[in-house]
Amino acid sequence: MIHARGLARSFQARKGREKVEVKAVAGVDLDVEKGEIVGFLGPNGAGKTTTLRMLTTLLTPTAGTATVAGFDVATQAADVRRNIGYVSQSGSTSPEALAGEEVVDHGRLYGISKAQAEKRGRELFDQLDLEGLWTRKPGAMSGGQRRRLDIAMGLVHDPTLVFLDEPTTGLDPQARANLWEHISALRTERDATVFLTTHYLDEADALCDRILVIDHGEIVASDTPEALKRQIAGDLIELTVADGAQVGAAATALAALVPGSSADIDGRTASLRVPRAGTELAGLLRELDRQKVALDSIEVRRPTLDDVFLTVTGRSLREDA
Amino acid sequence: MTFLRETWVVFWRQLRIALRNPAWVIIGLMQPILYLVLFGPLLEPLAAQLGAANAYTIFVPGLLVQLGLFGALFAGFGLIAEWRAGVIEAERVTPASRTALLLGRILRDVVQLVVQGVVLISLGFVFGLRASVPGMLYGLLLTVLLGAACAAASNALALTTKSEDVMAPLLNSIAMPVLLLSGILLPMSLGPQWLQTLSDFIPTKSVVEGIRAVFVGDFGQPALWGTIWAVVIFVVFVFLGQRTFRKENA
Repeated sequence: MIHARGLARSFQARKGREKVEVKAVAGVDLDVEKGEIVGFLGPNGAGKTTTLRMLTTLLTPTAGTATVAGFDVATQAADVRRNIGYVSQSGSTSPEALAGEEVVDHGRLYGISKAQAEKRGRELFDQLDLEGLWTRKPGAMSGGQRRRLDIAMGLVHDPTLVFLDEPTTGLDPQARANLWEHISALRTERDATVFLTTHYLDEADALCDRILVIDHGEIVASDTPEALKRQIAGDLIELTVADGAQVGAAATALAALVPGSSADIDGRTASLRVPRAGTELAGLLRELDRQKVALDSIEVRRPTLDDVFLTVTGRSLREDA
Repeated sequence: MTFLRETWVVFWRQLRIALRNPAWVIIGLMQPILYLVLFGPLLEPLAAQLGAANAYTIFVPGLLVQLGLFGALFAGFGLIAEWRAGVIEAERVTPASRTALLLGRILRDVVQLVVQGVVLISLGFVFGLRASVPGMLYGLLLTVLLGAACAAASNALALTTKSEDVMAPLLNSIAMPVLLLSGILLPMSLGPQWLQTLSDFIPTKSVVEGIRAVFVGDFGQPALWGTIWAVVIFVVFVFLGQRTFRKENA
């Protein structure tokens, strides 16, 4: 569905009197197959939006190529546009128009007849829980409703590929969970391929088959959420001892699990990553018991996408977001 | 064909939204009425001095051009609001022609202008305007050309600056001298020589004079120059406007 090779975009910027070339996207290779839901992650300024704008033909690449939905973004922009839906984060409707009319007009700009656009629009309003809002002004809708209206706008022409730019930013947790269901339904019910950007890791984890991480204008990781998490060397075991004097003994017992390693000590807590905590835990507890080390707490943390992010980009996603 | 259809969809959407806003309709109609009622009587005693049999054949053409210039010059503000709401970007990801996105909007302003112009002329008739009918129609046509050019310029400027704070002072600094030097309210021939010479550099003055000429049924040289300038201004600004709309990342 999407195949990009060396896709790059640089801008001319002024630095004092000199003109400098700023590379927003340095050269992105990416492939998305039909039926996938792919999450595109990166801190602000990493090149996420620029890449998305190139893939949706809003921006011409300065180098490299991309085919989207079977057409070249540079030379067949109109064909690309006809086959993709784009839900931007800034919205798509005028607050003073009527919701239904906006969807119909949008469909007509895709060349669909008025009757057809109205029929599709009404179906989408049903599917997206917007019943009864056809004549409501978008300005009078809730954030979640407006976002679902944006999705209806993006789907009115039945695209096979849908781009969603930070679809749940600014929504409350309930509205987010609800929107996730609708996004999953794009694939199960409409057979669509979905490419979404987000800076919520839980969102990427919950929705996506595959995650692409972009940083400094380049793709730095691409895999399933599970595989990415496995790349991090295993689970984190944290032991907090009751008596601070025993933290050394706890650290030694932990280190013994992985030959050649040493545990981190922070106050009364010793921690270490082990390949699989489940197989080690029983032995570890027996050893600690034998040495009469009294524990205050024991915690095992599976790697999160935030850990993945920290490993591949050297910073936490939340710092910049 | 597709292009016309797209233009129509954009135009109709714009007009629908505008008509649903009563402030837009009322202010649009009040503008010409207020000028005519509150300023017209001041001019009447001056008619003879201006060399006109009917003061309104001087005044109404000026007001027409003012409507064309000002109503349309500020049309771009609406576009900035639309851009902020994401409407422009949403329209740009459709396969619709970018020029259609501009033309549909200009068309809305032209319709507004024609309605205002007709109100102005009709009301002028009530006040005592007596002018050549083909002349008035032709004058309205020239006004429309000028208004369309201003709407195109304003929309293009809005899309480039994307900021009301930049647009407002910029438009005012252009509009003020144009208004004063076009002889819209009073003919430039009343002024001293240096002011007349300065005003010769403002092409809209020719348009105003052209419209004044056709109003009294004179389709001679002033009308010709007025027409030429109106067409030139129209072609240049609509061309620049559509170029801005076609530009990527706009």
